[in-house]
Amino acid sequence: MALLEVNNLDVRFALRQGDVHALRDISFSLERGERLGIVGESGAGKSVAAFSLLNLIAKPGFIAGGTVTFDGQVLNRMSERGLRKVRGNRVSMIFQDPMMTLNPVLSIGEQMVECLKAHRRISSKEARAIALDKLQQVQIPSPETRLDQYPHELSGGMRQRIIIAIALLLDPDIIIADEPTTALDVTIQAEIMALLLDLCEQHNVGLILITHDLGVVSQVTQRMLVMYAGRVIEQGPTREIINDPQHPYTQGLINALPQMATPGEKLNQIRGSMPSLSNLPSGCAFHPRCDFINRADGQPRPACTQQVPEFVESGNCRVACHMVAELLEDRRLKEVTS
Amino acid sequence: MSAHAEAITDSHNPTPRQNEESADSLLQIRDLKKRFSLSGDFLDQLRFKGGKLVRHQEHVHAINGVNLDIKRGEALCVVGESGCGKSTVARTVMGLLTPTEGEIRYDGSRIDNLSSRQLLPYRKRMQMIFQNPYASLNPRMTIQQTLEEPLRLHHPDWKRPQILDKVEEVMRSVGIDPDWGKRFGHEFSGGQRQRIAIARALAVDPEFIVADEPISALDVSIQAQVLNLLMEAQQERNLTYLFITHDLAVVEHFGTRVAVMYLGTVCEIATTATLFDKPRHPYTQALLSAIPRLKDDRPQHIRLTGEVPTPVNLPSGCVFHGRCPHANARCKQEIPVLQTQDDGTRVACHAVEEGRL
Repeated sequence: MALLEVNNLDVRFALRQGDVHALRDISFSLERGERLGIVGESGAGKSVAAFSLLNLIAKPGFIAGGTVTFDGQVLNRMSERGLRKVRGNRVSMIFQDPMMTLNPVLSIGEQMVECLKAHRRISSKEARAIALDKLQQVQIPSPETRLDQYPHELSGGMRQRIIIAIALLLDPDIIIADEPTTALDVTIQAEIMALLLDLCEQHNVGLILITHDLGVVSQVTQRMLVMYAGRVIEQGPTREIINDPQHPYTQGLINALPQMATPGEKLNQIRGSMPSLSNLPSGCAFHPRCDFINRADGQPRPACTQQVPEFVESGNCRVACHMVAELLEDRRLKEVTS
Repeated sequence: MSAHAEAITDSHNPTPRQNEESADSLLQIRDLKKRFSLSGDFLDQLRFKGGKLVRHQEHVHAINGVNLDIKRGEALCVVGESGCGKSTVARTVMGLLTPTEGEIRYDGSRIDNLSSRQLLPYRKRMQMIFQNPYASLNPRMTIQQTLEEPLRLHHPDWKRPQILDKVEEVMRSVGIDPDWGKRFGHEFSGGQRQRIAIARALAVDPEFIVADEPISALDVSIQAQVLNLLMEAQQERNLTYLFITHDLAVVEHFGTRVAVMYLGTVCEIATTATLFDKPRHPYTQALLSAIPRLKDDRPQHIRLTGEVPTPVNLPSGCVFHGRCPHANARCKQEIPVLQTQDDGTRVACHAVEEGRL
């Protein structure tokens, strides 16, 4: 059994106008030391997925069905007390905005010691020594001075290093990182990602990386999920999905990147925009934007507009699209003819 | 600071090369400097020091001697990390900020010292698109009103039907249904809002557009739509762009030429193809290697050490020397000057000049 297993997770938000289905039928697993990417545009449900793993969904959100099993324990049926032993201890999180995550009125050292003492019975002196060691691991210059500094005295990149140090403080099994580098500059982003990758490999820590940046996912993770309107629409080994995406949305997303186009030529765009979760189209949620929806006679396929697609196994990947087989066949034919 | 300032002014005396270039350029930026005061008004600046009252002033040196020429019909991209002064350049060009020193010439005439009334005819020729379409549209105006406003201002002689026709035309050209004119900004998605902001800029038929991170706030699939729209508009209307961005992948696709900025100075200017093919400046090299590419498995990027220094106390010599893997004693003292290479690229780096790189 895998270290983390998510089965048919279903999250809803109870709003006045009725329940909004934020996540539907999410299933995936993570082995010890494995790195998984969750990709999607804003509103796809990536962050809700990350938060619901640790049952951190705030009201009016709630987990309506499915299970999150970590090391044999079902997290979403655990008491708050039990969860507190897992959160931050065995599964830790890194959030997007490093300024929001650090407490502005406590020094870096105080925050780190506080976290250690909440989970372990150790003296402040021992805790400080561990904190110092973690700061060294994240390659912060002059770590001793940093322990007594406050978050506002540090730059964005430095703060994110501190967050990583805090995430590593209790030697977790899994780190969930929600857009950890989005607020940072490119060169700093590259440094932070490389650091995170090194540390995960060194300590055999699993990583769930949530991002909208396909480039980052392709460089850091081994497997990935692509999300659209609250569902996973494609999952499998990262390299295979990046090199050979099968779902029309994944194809569109990759082809829309400027690095995939010839400079100066028109980019391949996906028409329209992501539907609102409270007003999802019938059938496949992507069908109004899909380029492959029409049959040879120009009529849209009834399956796409009426039925929600099931997952189809295709090689090592799972794809939720009615037309996977057909699209694959088309491509094979094209390859043969060319 | 004074040594620093002197060195910059010395280094940027117009060279014959620059005069040559200026012949066909629409916009010329000469020795542009912009400082922002951090110390408040006169009374706030007074401090007691050793029993005496002294005036203490601190400045953010946002731009330190930038020279740029934007040629007609090109898209000049300015890239750099946050705090490098790229947005300040855009805002100074538009007249939203007054330069501390230096000149901005538009079509041969100086515009940086004009009053807002004198600037009005130029405002019609140059328009701006902002980063955040959630903030740049007035929430109390309908889309129709938003788009009519610039027309009323710049064409006081136009009759109502003429204005309505123009609004409809410009809405169609950005792919917004003219029937939506009665709606307010908040009823649209981010991508649609940015289209409306573009429509507003295009409404007065400008020839020059300053776009400050126009797609950074948008999702990937929407970025492509907006970028395509900007490129179409450029072809159809023969626009000239000053495009500010931090995203190099966008630059590679969109830009005719690229200027790389670091801490208020331009460190390299080249045509897009040359810059991506053969980056010279160590900062450009690091920046290019940091783009997360889809196709390579393991990032082989050049790791820079340290952080960007603060623009309040600029480092001596080359502003990049603290993070540069090739810096030597000269880099710490002498400010490098942009120098033209064989292929027309201009680089400000001692290591490139000495052939160490």
